[in-house]
Amino acid sequence: MSHDSAFAIPQGRSIAQTLIVYVEDRPGTLNRIVSLFRRRGFNIDSLTVGRCERPGVSRITVVVRSDDVTVRRLEANLYKLVNVISVEDVTHSSSVTRELAFVKVRAAQDRRSELLQLVQTFRARVVDLGQESIIVESTGTQEKLDGLIDVLRPFGILELVRTGAVAMLRGPGTGAQQEQTESDDGVAA
Amino acid sequence: MSSPPAAAVQQRLSPHAEPAQRTGAQIVWEVLTREGVDVVFGYPGGAIMPAYDAMPAYPIRHVLVRHEQGAAHMADGYARASGKVGVAIATSGPGATNLVTGIATAMMDSSPIVCITGQVPSSALGSDAFQETDITGITLPITKHNYLVTRAEDVAPALHEAFFIARSGRPGPVLVDITKDAQQGFARLEARPPPRSLRRRPMPEPTSDAIARAASMIDAAERPLILAGQGVLASASSALLREFVEKTGVPVSSTLLGLGGFPASHPLSLGMMGMHGEAWVNASIQEADLLIALGMRFDDRVTGKLQTYAVHAKKIHAEIDPSEINKNVRVDVALPGDLRRTLEALLPAVQPRTRKPWIERIAARRAEAARRDVQSLPSGGKLFAPHVLHDLWRLTDGKALVVTDVGQHQMWEAQYYKHDRPRSLITSGGLGTMGFALPAAMGARFARPDDEIWVVAGDGGFQMTACELTTCAQEGIKLNIAIINNGYLGMVRQWQEFFYNRRYVATPLRSPDFVALAQAHGLTGLRVTRREEIPEALERARAEPGTVVVEFRVEQEDSVYPMVPANTDLRDMIRRPQFDGEDT
Repeated sequence: MSHDSAFAIPQGRSIAQTLIVYVEDRPGTLNRIVSLFRRRGFNIDSLTVGRCERPGVSRITVVVRSDDVTVRRLEANLYKLVNVISVEDVTHSSSVTRELAFVKVRAAQDRRSELLQLVQTFRARVVDLGQESIIVESTGTQEKLDGLIDVLRPFGILELVRTGAVAMLRGPGTGAQQEQTESDDGVAA
Repeated sequence: MSSPPAAAVQQRLSPHAEPAQRTGAQIVWEVLTREGVDVVFGYPGGAIMPAYDAMPAYPIRHVLVRHEQGAAHMADGYARASGKVGVAIATSGPGATNLVTGIATAMMDSSPIVCITGQVPSSALGSDAFQETDITGITLPITKHNYLVTRAEDVAPALHEAFFIARSGRPGPVLVDITKDAQQGFARLEARPPPRSLRRRPMPEPTSDAIARAASMIDAAERPLILAGQGVLASASSALLREFVEKTGVPVSSTLLGLGGFPASHPLSLGMMGMHGEAWVNASIQEADLLIALGMRFDDRVTGKLQTYAVHAKKIHAEIDPSEINKNVRVDVALPGDLRRTLEALLPAVQPRTRKPWIERIAARRAEAARRDVQSLPSGGKLFAPHVLHDLWRLTDGKALVVTDVGQHQMWEAQYYKHDRPRSLITSGGLGTMGFALPAAMGARFARPDDEIWVVAGDGGFQMTACELTTCAQEGIKLNIAIINNGYLGMVRQWQEFFYNRRYVATPLRSPDFVALAQAHGLTGLRVTRREEIPEALERARAEPGTVVVEFRVEQEDSVYPMVPANTDLRDMIRRPQFDGEDT
């Protein structure tokens, strides 16, 4: 989702920043989030959304390329969306981040054992075994999946899908710890 | 407009022992009444007819506009004149899309309005039904929030939330799209429905450490400047700002939307900053060692080229919307939160000071600039637009509410009409919406029934929404309308003169006979072509009980000075050529 960011003042190093966003599970909420990223020129690396431990609440993990000052502004912009409940930046916290990939690889008989050995080395799993191809499933960090895909490429990748990252803080803290309590002061902005 | 019989209203509003069943359409007006709405601006159509049908039973006046854009601007003008939420209402499809320009205008200038639109029945949603349009999708990026309501029981919670969101924090527009079946369906109306699952956040507040750092920076600064924005008006902090200024001795410049937040007649008031700001203000910003930004957002029309903007100055930024902080300009101290509370915290923390050398330096610049001012030049019998604005200011003693359109006249108004009081200027700043002035002033009339109101518009902008003059006549609204007619789309012509080698492409503009146009509406029309005719025309307009249109035929190719070309250093100003002795 490349986008020339004419808005941001260049400030500091761009790194992959990981945000956990809790939102009300209402029609159009995801549209509001994505529209915000688009119109403010933030580059999304990946975005995943799904249910979480609280009913009626969806949890979004979003990875953006940005510097530390700009990501504060992104966080402030997210808080302006009425359906956003809380935003937690886990980039500099101790957290577990994983994504899942399916890779459909050409598996000719003469190279099949070599291929299966590589899959095992990467602690990936074969979830479909066909005459001419196999599907490899792997869960890991972005780097691990990149590595797996690199070694599979020479065999011939027929199809590839990645889920994008999900993240969770280590220890007892939760991604929703900064959620504010009820107050009559109103929507901040 | 006739009001409903008092008994009917009383019956309608009386508290019920049991929450009564109402139609969604009735609930719309119940909620509006509860929210204190006494006037709405709108236009009926198929999908909103149930709501219109229920309206006469409620003590709310409806103003029938001629185009829905006018309704949104009227709601906006009402909101800016009063600080309360303005309401516009329209049907689905084209009715809703016609609101869009007005909604975007309100969004850019943080004006609290609620727009209610009818929508096709929920069973027809998504089927490209007649007059169906995805208005919540269309307005998503130009509202603070919007709702699609498909059930009668959701009408009240959505509308109450809409008012809450529109007026809270940094204000802005909210749209509520209500399907026809939701208007026709029945629901119980609770005595006071609690806000739904709306999670409320505490207003951000500056840390005490940030206040202390800001205060010591202010105490230490030799060449500080306050940049006062609309936040001063929105937070009703004018008196507090004045106290702060008089204690710290820091001079004040204003953004376009901030004008009136600090009295222009105050010795420490410098006037407007930015592209058409005063020369001494822009020069001082570039020389300052500290900028104290209060409720403003460093718009590109204010900063010019960012890389060269106030490079010697440390920056303190007090702003209610944290997403504005560090957006365009890197700041040294961030003071997020309501400006009033920030100033309350800052005031006791700063030391009393005077800054004579700095003030004198600015005063010298100001004296130099005055010699170039058109007011100091012989007019040779010609009529310059700045003369009109200057005389309007003098004659109204600076006490009128002025509503301007967009373009050259808007900048001349900002320069020559000296605003001493908050909410005495209403103008489209962020979006720069031509056609804004007339409808916005009509909305403002309902908020300020007794104030003198002047519309100042160019010949181009006036024609964009001139149809609302008919509304003005039908509703018996009293306005004074000054049309600054130079026969061009003047600001574009000025850019063509400066930057496109005087190729006046598509800017010469023919207008109707404005005097005859006024008369065709049964209104008074006047024409002024010489400066000495200004006072009599203005006095006559003020004296007439009805709306008066005064056309000023001004110099056709005059330009707004000074001018900082877009994206250049604030010091690179194009100045008015100095008078060389020839009376030209």
